Amino acid sequence: MKAGRREFLKLGVAAAASAALLPVPTFAQGAAPRAVVVGGGFAGASCARAIRQADPRIAVTLVEANSTFTACPFSNAVIGGLRELSAQQFTYERVAADGIAVARAIATAVDAQARSVSLADGTSLPYDRLVLAPGIDIRWGALPGYDETAATLIPHAWRAGEQTLLLRRQLEAMADGGLVVISAPANPFRCPPGPYERASLIAHYLKTKKPRSKLIVLDAKDTFSKQRLFQAAWAELYPGLLEWVPLSKGGNVISVDAATVTLVTDFGRHKAAVANVIPPQKAGRIAEAAGVADRSGWCPIDPVTFESKLQARIHVIGDAAIAGAMPKSAFAANSQAKTCAAAVAQLLTGGAPSAPKLINTCYSLVAPDYGISVAGVYAPAGGQLAEVPGSGGVSPTDAPRATRAAEAVLAEAWFRTIAAEVFG
Amino acid sequence: MGRALAAAIGVASIAAAVAASAEPPAGAAACSGCHPASTRVTSPVPRLAGLDRAAIVRAMHDFRSGQRAGTVMDRIAKGFTDAEIQAIAAWYATQR
Repeated sequence: MKAGRREFLKLGVAAAASAALLPVPTFAQGAAPRAVVVGGGFAGASCARAIRQADPRIAVTLVEANSTFTACPFSNAVIGGLRELSAQQFTYERVAADGIAVARAIATAVDAQARSVSLADGTSLPYDRLVLAPGIDIRWGALPGYDETAATLIPHAWRAGEQTLLLRRQLEAMADGGLVVISAPANPFRCPPGPYERASLIAHYLKTKKPRSKLIVLDAKDTFSKQRLFQAAWAELYPGLLEWVPLSKGGNVISVDAATVTLVTDFGRHKAAVANVIPPQKAGRIAEAAGVADRSGWCPIDPVTFESKLQARIHVIGDAAIAGAMPKSAFAANSQAKTCAAAVAQLLTGGAPSAPKLINTCYSLVAPDYGISVAGVYAPAGGQLAEVPGSGGVSPTDAPRATRAAEAVLAEAWFRTIAAEVFG
Repeated sequence: MGRALAAAIGVASIAAAVAASAEPPAGAAACSGCHPASTRVTSPVPRLAGLDRAAIVRAMHDFRSGQRAGTVMDRIAKGFTDAEIQAIAAWYATQR
């Protein structure tokens, strides 16, 4: 009995070893290859559709907890009263119409050896390749005093939805002359220019509706994305209204007192009428459960396939991934998703993924008619995604207002285009 | 006869599917982040599918050299080699 079992195990090991050594396409084993994608944001929904498009023989399942997706890009315009939240919301009807099984569920665990994903309802989904696109989670507890209860009083609004509306309502309820304080985190975090776009559009709201008010940005950094462009625009549009306090001038927030809406730095206390804490972040929860997050809280990946460096057959894309020089943006997530999908389709059908080239373009609004951008082109180099030398950069610092207006129009066009590709 | 015809149609549709799903060359898939894949999207940014191959190559070269002013394309074109531009242009020219 014992020997028989040992024999069986030995055979099993031999079979597993030969499967690992020979690049046998899943088709050769009969059944259609199975790809499971967890997370239905710009990365996950794009990837599910792109795998299906690359090879319709692959069975694709998208696991997503929500029936409606609420997009973060342009959610700062919602906070600033320039746009409604409904313009940010999309469903998965068109994704499902592509022949993708959309499982409305929370993924709770991954068994990398058995190759299956456990869902909160007790079912499990077997996969040949798994793509994790969980976005971010807040690192609760990293900033003393800022927990989930505190976030109901001081919103983070860094995952769009109710939090976005809460911050907007607080600004609307604030009396003219109030002090608004934003806390921006250290790198890395979702959407590097996001805190500064938010500050700009809140400043625009205050200038228009509550001109005696003031806005302070407390920053855990001394430099930030598109900094010269933002600061030049602030000096022009919001002089005396918006003050940025860098790390070296005491900007680092070390604790929060939610009950009194007070942000504490090494240098003093800032009691606000309305506060917005953009807290430290990490990869979405399932990344840790699947064993693909490293000690940084983010997920190291291969720059050609986006396969995890920690677990075979699990790929990580979007904000959760450590993608070298690529920022955590929706455009980057979509670009990574398409690259990863092509690689997954190749790997599932016995092909070899080819070296990719990726792009990021990211617009920020400083005012409704004032847009700025950063763009970059990326390729694998030295085991990471590196910016192609000589490419990329930000909008010119000396551009005329017509260029800023054009970039504001292009920003909105970008959002319509990417939303249509991912959800339309 | 019927079976042969069905087989021929089968082969033809597989060939068509392979042509339609030919993997885009490096960089090509990223363009649709701004250049709409769908005809239903309103954008000042042109669709690339079905554009003349030489026109795409010329535009990329002009953006890259600075001869043509762009808002972001001047910065993006600098990240692509001649060979990559040729491949991307050829691929988009065959798309619909």
